[in-house]
Amino acid sequence: MKLSSQISQNRRISTIVLPVITFIVFLSIWYAYAKFHYDNPVQRRNALPYPHEIFTDGFLPLNDKVNGLRPILGYMWPTVKVTFLGLLIAVVLGVFVATLMNLSKGIEKSLFPYAVILQTVPILAITPLLTELFGQEIGVRLVVTVLVAIFPVMTNMLFGLQSTDRALHDLFTLNQASRWTRLIKLEFPSALPSLMTGIRIASGSAVIGSVVADFFFAKGEKGIGYYIRTRQQQAIQRPEMFAGTITASLFGIAMFVLIGWITSRAIRNWHDSNLAIRQSSFKILRPLKGN
Amino acid sequence: MTALSLHNISMTFPDGTQAIDDVDLTIKRGEFVTIVGPSGCGKSTLLRIISGLQQPTSGTCEVNRKSLGYVFQDSVLLPWRNVRKNVELNAELQGVPKEQRQESVQKAINLVKLNDHVTKFPHQLSGGMKMRCSLARSLVSQPQVFLFDEPFGALDEMTREHLNDELLNIFLQEKFAGLFITHSIQEAVFLSTRVIVMSSQPGRFISEHTIDFPFPRVPDIRYSAEFAELCGRISHDLKLAHA
Ligand SMILES: Nc1ncnc2c1ncn2[C@@H]1O[C@H](COP(=O)(O)OP(=O)(O)OP(=O)(O)O)[C@@H](O)[C@H]1O
Ligand SMILES: [Mg+2]
Repeated sequence: MKLSSQISQNRRISTIVLPVITFIVFLSIWYAYAKFHYDNPVQRRNALPYPHEIFTDGFLPLNDKVNGLRPILGYMWPTVKVTFLGLLIAVVLGVFVATLMNLSKGIEKSLFPYAVILQTVPILAITPLLTELFGQEIGVRLVVTVLVAIFPVMTNMLFGLQSTDRALHDLFTLNQASRWTRLIKLEFPSALPSLMTGIRIASGSAVIGSVVADFFFAKGEKGIGYYIRTRQQQAIQRPEMFAGTITASLFGIAMFVLIGWITSRAIRNWHDSNLAIRQSSFKILRPLKGN
Repeated sequence: MTALSLHNISMTFPDGTQAIDDVDLTIKRGEFVTIVGPSGCGKSTLLRIISGLQQPTSGTCEVNRKSLGYVFQDSVLLPWRNVRKNVELNAELQGVPKEQRQESVQKAINLVKLNDHVTKFPHQLSGGMKMRCSLARSLVSQPQVFLFDEPFGALDEMTREHLNDELLNIFLQEKFAGLFITHSIQEAVFLSTRVIVMSSQPGRFISEHTIDFPFPRVPDIRYSAEFAELCGRISHDLKLAHA
């Protein structure tokens, strides 16, 4: 008892300490590189500012209406909206299409190749087409986000549905279960862990998709990508650019943690499938709850 | 009253494995038939054919599949359902209304002694508990024909004997037609009215032994000389089957 609590204590410390050490090493390399690579402070500031300058110049001007934390959060909001809504649409559509494909091999065969093609088209290469179809405001950014997020949801859902245990299928067959009952009571629950994996991957794509879409479609409610791009264009605004980028990736991390939390809640009762998730880095979520 | 009859059943898998060769079998209600045979001789395949999960290559099978219980070799539980919900599954899928199935579900749970574990999930159960859960699930719908594929193979001796006693009680009450598979000769003799020995490659019935111990059978018949003699005879045939 005592020993095991000590072990879990140690594990808890290491899940916090180890990443912190990585972070310190990373910062040190950054400082060293910024210091020795550039001959003078102005040059350095314009290329790679010190990390603390990002904080003081990028975030801290609290009351500045153009740069700093407050405008950053203002620009974040449309991006957050697009990401969540896009992910939601991608999940609903992806699950729907995967379910259709699972019901009929014919549908699977006729749709799947196009899903793959959709995934391989470099979306940004077709910006003119997208602008033509959907304009340049928040709507087209939503479309881009859905396009990049739907594939992992769909493929993982399909995989989950199709890898339902044969013996369980036999059991349902013996009980003369209808196609619908089989879908609802057997295939959906059994696909849930895969679906959650798909959503986890899709959430990362959705964040990147919506931020990048901000870069290219900058009308209407402008997003954080627009903030980053415009600061990028000005050499002296590197700290502002980094501050925007860091905020966007913090959002990505928050999404990752959120989806992980939802996943472990959704399937915590069935250890077997939960195992893979528990063993992954998601466990940073668990020690805090004391398991 | 004949509950199950097989005529000239043969099964060859697409890969060429000949699992069953020309099997005939008739079981009446109130009969309990056990098949023993080497691993891989086609016992599970035979049950799958009877249940309709597998089409035989040739032969006919007459059985009322609407009232068929089937305990698989593995427990086959839904990992996202707790014990009670798993036991409820068959009745639920067969459309028995919720209120009506509660009582029989509880009865089945009591019978296999899982009362203390009804809210546990399959991954929290031992192998034996999972099997008992699976058995209870089939008991709920009170089938007329009951197929058992080595249901107690994973259990310890005491639990197994206890469940054998319980199974016989249920058998006496329900008077179903039982077809049971096991690797334990003792279990076969104790439970059955007939024991069939099957040989492998291809699977054939090579001998049949009638067991006349009257019902209800007390656990102690296991230690009688007659019991030992029957076991010896079956064991002898089984050795031939392996050869
Ligand atoms: N789907 C299949 N395709 C090809 N061969 C199969 C298939 N299912 C079973 N077999 C073969 O049929 C034979 C009988 O298998 P079966 O599962 O019925 O054996 P069993 O008597 O139940 O064995 P055990 O006692 O080990 O459970 C084996 O040789 C097996 O390899
Ligand atoms: Mg078998």
